[in-house]
Amino acid sequence: MTRVLVCLVALFPAAAFAIDGERLDDPELQARYERIITEVRCLQCLNQSIKDSDAFLASDLRREIRRLLTEGKSDEEIYDFVATRYGEFALYRPRFSGKTLLLWAGPLLLFVVGAFVAFRIVRGRMSLPIEDP
Amino acid sequence: MKLRFLAPVLVFAVLVPLLIFGLSRNPAELPSPYIGKPAPVFTLPDLEDPSRTVSSDDYAGRYALVNVWATWCTGCREEHGFLLTLAERGEVPIYGLNWRDDGAAARRWLAELGDPYVATGFDPDGRVGIDWGVYGAPETFLIGPDGTVLHRHVSPLTEAVWQRDFVPLIAQEGR
Repeated sequence: MTRVLVCLVALFPAAAFAIDGERLDDPELQARYERIITEVRCLQCLNQSIKDSDAFLASDLRREIRRLLTEGKSDEEIYDFVATRYGEFALYRPRFSGKTLLLWAGPLLLFVVGAFVAFRIVRGRMSLPIEDP
Repeated sequence: MKLRFLAPVLVFAVLVPLLIFGLSRNPAELPSPYIGKPAPVFTLPDLEDPSRTVSSDDYAGRYALVNVWATWCTGCREEHGFLLTLAERGEVPIYGLNWRDDGAAARRWLAELGDPYVATGFDPDGRVGIDWGVYGAPETFLIGPDGTVLHRHVSPLTEAVWQRDFVPLIAQEGR
């Protein structure tokens, strides 16, 4: 029991300190900042956002994003900043463009193909004679 | 009825080449969005002499390599010998971008291992690194005379990589 308590207490500091200790003074900017950094991929670790990563590239990118926010840049301009340097891949939600067309249209395309196949099968069965036992 | 048996075979035939293509790619190697576009400009203090600057204007109008390196990067040590050879051959001037590093350690590195660079820009906070889309050292960019990025190589440069990926791009237009 004591051991469990010790473990629980030990867990608290971990929750209290996020990776990113930097804060912006303006709460509205801080809110945008927190949202943007969850949308940008850390290129050093690939499957973490720059919010979750303590790689130095992630902290450099967070610093640049804070700078752009305090300079009054819009979210779109900040995503542009990241994408021109690291490609759309760096954004967890790549913007719609010629290059990402297949990515965005892919699911719809698969749905249409699937619906067509299903339609063909169902129609084929409908033309079967109804069996009378 | 025939289609029913043929369909899985067709799907298989399409899927296999796709999967082979997908598996043969290295997901850690990202294409640079700058290929074919103007290389980012920069001006940085010279690593060896902070009173001077190194800038992208230094190699304007000619082929150049921009090599991103740091003393904490083991791959950089690996490719250093080849960079020295390349510098000696004098095919293309090599400019260094010392990224996210300690200045004293970097100067010591060049003194000990030799300096293949025409000049090295010192970028301790990684700002220029971000402008160039650098995500891991070593990275080597080939810049054309018109200032566009012709190629980016991530991971240590070797003679084989040089001959395969860089030389054809340079020879193509003549030096």
